[in-house]
Amino acid sequence: MSTPVLDVRHLAVQIPVADGVLHAVRDVSLTVAPGETLCVVGESGCGKSLTSLAVMGLLPSTARRTAERMSFAGEDLLTITPSRLRALRGNRMAMIFQEPMTSLNPAWTIGDQLTEPFLRHGKGSRRQAVDRAVQLLERVGIAAAGRRLVQYPHELSGGLRQRVMIAMALMCGPDLILADEPTTALDVTIQAEILHLLAELQREMGMGLLLVTHDLGIVARVAHRVAVMYAGEVVESGPTVTVFNDPRHPYTRGLIDCIPIPARSRPGVPLGTIPGLVPNLVGGIEGCAFRERCAFATAPCTRTVPVSHGGDGHAWRCVLPEGVPSLLENPA
Amino acid sequence: MLRFTLRRLVLAALVGIAVSFIAFMLLRVSGDLAIALAGEDASPADVERIRQEYGLNRPIIVQYGEWLWRALRGDLGRSLFYPESVANLILTRLPVTLSLAGMGLVVAIVIALPLGIVAALRRNTWVDRTALGIAVIGQAMPNFWFGLLMIFVFGLALGWLPISGSDSFAHFIMPAITLGWFSAPVLMRLTRGGMVEVMTSDYIRTAHAKGLPARVVVLKHALRNAIVPVVALCSVQFGNMLSGSVVIETVFALQGIGYLAWEAISRRDFPVVQGILLLVALFYVVLTLLADIANAWLDPRIRRG
Repeated sequence: MSTPVLDVRHLAVQIPVADGVLHAVRDVSLTVAPGETLCVVGESGCGKSLTSLAVMGLLPSTARRTAERMSFAGEDLLTITPSRLRALRGNRMAMIFQEPMTSLNPAWTIGDQLTEPFLRHGKGSRRQAVDRAVQLLERVGIAAAGRRLVQYPHELSGGLRQRVMIAMALMCGPDLILADEPTTALDVTIQAEILHLLAELQREMGMGLLLVTHDLGIVARVAHRVAVMYAGEVVESGPTVTVFNDPRHPYTRGLIDCIPIPARSRPGVPLGTIPGLVPNLVGGIEGCAFRERCAFATAPCTRTVPVSHGGDGHAWRCVLPEGVPSLLENPA
Repeated sequence: MLRFTLRRLVLAALVGIAVSFIAFMLLRVSGDLAIALAGEDASPADVERIRQEYGLNRPIIVQYGEWLWRALRGDLGRSLFYPESVANLILTRLPVTLSLAGMGLVVAIVIALPLGIVAALRRNTWVDRTALGIAVIGQAMPNFWFGLLMIFVFGLALGWLPISGSDSFAHFIMPAITLGWFSAPVLMRLTRGGMVEVMTSDYIRTAHAKGLPARVVVLKHALRNAIVPVVALCSVQFGNMLSGSVVIETVFALQGIGYLAWEAISRRDFPVVQGILLLVALFYVVLTLLADIANAWLDPRIRRG
């Protein structure tokens, strides 16, 4: 197996807050192989966005980041110098943010912002930068690309702005793209288009893609592998097909039961729900963080739960010996 | 951008006319000018003669119309004290005041921008608190007192700089610092506030994610957005310096329009006072126009407005 483009082991992020320390990311291990799409799923506040920001070194200044290992294409991100990190960012690893409306600078033209990383990382002349910007804008589905270059962000819709952000991330031909819920702020119809585009570009350019989302429907369509996060931990990870067909963690099962499947979810039958609330992560948690909401919780769940491994890279953090049955009344 | 500029020009012209009317009226309502001109102990006949001579007995709107028509052609009347036209008098003094205010603004910006930026980037550290301290001192100290203090230290005790007159560049140094120092704090606070807000915005994170060095992130991506209100305030501050130069020019005996205004007021030389009033008011109009145009250039979203 080739060197993974991203290799994170036992990442933790702590943020001091008014009433203690928020253990926002507690134990996250991920790898992304070259040309692979890894989806990180989980609900709001589970630490999935912070995980991607931690990789880029873009955490808020008060946050504390620790990890056993964090490397990008063999380069150690834990001990990297600021200037070396700058040379990687926007060049070999690029990020697409959740908020297209505010992620572009209102005072500079689209063209200026697109060509900036290309020129900064010495990829070529201004002429070449403009050519590449036009070509990429066309590739991400923006009509009249040449004219867009002189426009300002406020003249573009949210969907267009996110396309611009994607084009911007692609300017230097990165090895890895981190996309942090890139479609959350967009209309549902645009969401699908943008995700298809991302998946297409990922295949076409052979990039690694770490896609953070809370939408399992997306995961099923685009991910090679999936990592399910809950309360700052990866509770289950593995190849998408395996995780979907044989979920080993009750939380994963709960998420899968929440997805409506056209022609299979019967009208009138309620979709699955997960009872209860996400635990408070201030001050840390002993044992399984999901046990308060879990129908299968037993005594061992109050102690530290070891990670179990299946055959094909499938791993889960649960004491249940067998898989989890669907809790829906009439499982499809 | 062109349409925006034209629209602002028309607006500025309208404001200019309104301002001239107010400048004219203010002096008329401050008392009977005929009595003021003739002197307290003049006979009623003399007062009446002066009233006729200066046309003060005609309807006020006619007087205003005539004055405005002349003013538009550059004729602001004659000084009652100097054997010169008001326009001439102002023109010979104006360069002094403009240089003073210009230098003052440069001093203010040179102090305020770097301090404001650094204070924002090092928020809640000793750097920030020191900058805040400078701001409080600058704002709390009356500028004439600061001027006198400078005269005492650099003029008299150390003898480095001349303390009165407007003959050379050196004469302007202390007055400019006095004016600039007084204006710097408010500019600094605004710069700091703007930078603090902008530095937490999403597009600054984007700029970092592109791998840009901190210098480029701060100066290209943050400052351009944070500086928009500062530019507007700079123009107001420049106007304040022009009118505020009355005090400073008096302290340093600079022969500018501030000093002239002070003289004219104390001698009841009303055509001069009126001329200066109009000029300063028009300066504000022009400065606001320039600030609007500069802001539209800095922030494309304003151009639509």
